[in-house]
Amino acid sequence: MLTATDESAANAKRVVLIPRTGHTTAEPCSVKAINVDETSRDKRMLWVNQMYAVRDGQDTAAFAELFGHFAPRVKSFLMKSGANHDVAEECAQDVMATLWRKAHLFDPAKASVSTWIFTIARNRRIDFLRKDRRPEPEELTWGPEAEPDQADVLALAEDTEKLGEALAALPEKQRNLIEKAYFGDLSHSEIAAQTGLPLGTIKSRIRLALERLRHAMT
Amino acid sequence: MNGKMTHNIKHHLTEELLMGYSAGSLPEAFNVVVASHISLCDDCRAALAEYDAVGGQVLAKADAASLAEDSLEATLAKITAMPVAKDVKAPAMESGIFPAPLREYVAGDVDAVKWRKVGGGVSQMILKTSSKATVRLLKIPAGAAMPDHGHQGTELTLVLQGAFADDHDHFAAGDVEVANEDMTHTPVAAPGVDCICLAATDAPLQFNGLIPRIAQKFMRI
Repeated sequence: MLTATDESAANAKRVVLIPRTGHTTAEPCSVKAINVDETSRDKRMLWVNQMYAVRDGQDTAAFAELFGHFAPRVKSFLMKSGANHDVAEECAQDVMATLWRKAHLFDPAKASVSTWIFTIARNRRIDFLRKDRRPEPEELTWGPEAEPDQADVLALAEDTEKLGEALAALPEKQRNLIEKAYFGDLSHSEIAAQTGLPLGTIKSRIRLALERLRHAMT
Repeated sequence: MNGKMTHNIKHHLTEELLMGYSAGSLPEAFNVVVASHISLCDDCRAALAEYDAVGGQVLAKADAASLAEDSLEATLAKITAMPVAKDVKAPAMESGIFPAPLREYVAGDVDAVKWRKVGGGVSQMILKTSSKATVRLLKIPAGAAMPDHGHQGTELTLVLQGAFADDHDHFAAGDVEVANEDMTHTPVAAPGVDCICLAATDAPLQFNGLIPRIAQKFMRI
């Protein structure tokens, strides 16, 4: 379905990949080579291999796996931000389509797959709510980037897993506020207005939560 | 690499601002200042990545909403129909003092700014953003007092050129001052070059009152 009609997108991808052809052709072999422990390795890589498969092979099966896991969560995120069912469905599809289209920009040494999808979903939410524009900071690097170091990718995946565990282990009151800040699209004062809690309480709870997360990461 | 990453930045963004920028809940005027500071500051750029990672984990741990039956097929069809993505990155800075997000709003660097005099030798240009908060460029002659921008609400001031100081602190290029209601001070531009700042506030601006209030400030001094 995609290979027949998506030639222009595939061509664009090829242009982007030219500077690192050597790496990308070698990669599938090296992944296959560590067959012994593939499942646990895959788990530790937290969807990075599926992203590689989408990026380098326009692999719809890998995309379907990512979709099955993330699309329902993106939709839930958008609904909690105030989108109705239909709008959230439509936007979740857009977010996942953007993941495919911008797969070549994904850098697993800089951001985990969940972080990357979060930033795409956040930007889509800003668009559909016609919210305040959010300019991005200036990019640091230019031209074709080297393939990220596998050790960096694994280190980031481990940190991400730790962060997820620390978030799940937060006291419920603290976790709720973090969720409201990210999901509810609320400033600290808006959370105060919504929950009826004093602003000082909100601020100190969020500060405590962030301290705990930081502590868990060290 | 960015030619401007040379500042020895001492004053950074607060947790609340970084988290709000990551979550996407700040007014546009604040986003411009935050994005501009992060463009100049490695520390805050790294901190932002951590806040984004928290957002990623909140997303990863979210309940799964039920999707439409043809959701995956519809998405694959969207991908097929999509125009080819052009990755337009802001051009690298060769010279000048404005980071890319600010250049976008001014349509150029400092020489593209349409300054308007507001009295006391001070000039400003208000940038076009959503109305929830305001952001403007300010140029204060070296050695002159900063206009009293009355700290109602939150105010962010990012130094782009020159420096300013008050009784307690010194703010040089790249530094951002985060001031709240409870803060009263009398900043003065450092001698040497004119001080150029990017200042955002979520308090209503009283343009008409600006000149009298500057005069008032001088009287007090």
